[in-house]
Amino acid sequence: MAKRSAPEVNAGSMADIAFLLLIFFLVTTTIETDSGLNRKLPPMEDQVDPPIIRQKNIFTVLVSKNDQLLVEEELADIKDLRSLAVEFLDNGGGVGDETCDYCQGKRDEASSDNPDKAIISLKSDRETSYKIYIAVQNELVAAYNELRNREFLRLNPNLGSNYVDAQKKYDDPRTSEADREELKPKLDFVKKMYPQKLSEAESTSKSS
Amino acid sequence: MSKFKKKKGGESPAINTASLPDIVFMLLFFFMVATVMRDSTLLIVNKLPAADQIEKLDKKDRVMYIYAGKPSSRYIDKYGSTARIQLNDKFATVSEVGAFILAERASKRQELQNVLTTALKVDSETKMGLIQDIKQELRKVSALKINYTTRVGDYTQNIN
Repeated sequence: MAKRSAPEVNAGSMADIAFLLLIFFLVTTTIETDSGLNRKLPPMEDQVDPPIIRQKNIFTVLVSKNDQLLVEEELADIKDLRSLAVEFLDNGGGVGDETCDYCQGKRDEASSDNPDKAIISLKSDRETSYKIYIAVQNELVAAYNELRNREFLRLNPNLGSNYVDAQKKYDDPRTSEADREELKPKLDFVKKMYPQKLSEAESTSKSS
Repeated sequence: MSKFKKKKGGESPAINTASLPDIVFMLLFFFMVATVMRDSTLLIVNKLPAADQIEKLDKKDRVMYIYAGKPSSRYIDKYGSTARIQLNDKFATVSEVGAFILAERASKRQELQNVLTTALKVDSETKMGLIQDIKQELRKVSALKINYTTRVGDYTQNIN
């Protein structure tokens, strides 16, 4: 029998089909954002006796209902917030047991003793807008990250990455288990040097 | 005899479209891979604020989403323009948040129930009062790990 060659399939409509699918996916796509600022809320149970915190170890940041910023009871600009927070956290004014040997701050007696004691208290009004609140939170987290980066680079000069990048590498699922084991103690150590003590207090004014 | 004589019938040749399907398929695959199907349709305006000190959110099965913001334009007639909370596919009041979290938590696998994060996807034009109410509710059901979902950008974008 004579060999019959198969007739060629007409691929002219392929482009149309592909376009149809493409348009479907274009329309349904929403690129989801899946990153943000992680925070931890305080538990509900009231502590029986709250620990006594000296006023100088608290850095109060208040965002008023007109979105103005009050840092330590003084009006401030959000641009300066990061450096003010760094100054406070890195002050290291403590003596004796409370000395902070890695702090590079001014060692002002009127400011925080050491980063472990230093607490940033962020207060907001019910009328404060969310975007300003996020901007303020962002700057406060940036202050912690700045200090952690500095210490991480100082302690691990040969690693060639700062704290934030190292943390990202640690969180990346592609990083091998061995690398993670190696990174973890280093990250934890820096985390302990500058623990993130950021309290989000309830609103200053109650809605009536 | 001139070599440069104009050819007869100076129409340009038809463009070869044989590679068109390939190009389209390439785009198609890109969108197929990048697409994340949304679980719930948004009833609210959801323009997230910008931040740059961000961390990546946990895997999707460990996250509960709470949306808040003004109702979007086609729902304004029905629901007004004050900011509201959206849980799953419908509007909710603050008091329903607790029950929602408990239900979500119960629907997850046992080993994940203690590591759940609540992602707050709140519109940037919202007032803090609503968020504080949500946070109070979350504390009541001890869902303490939260994440303020933001888009990537400099904080100055939030100030205008």
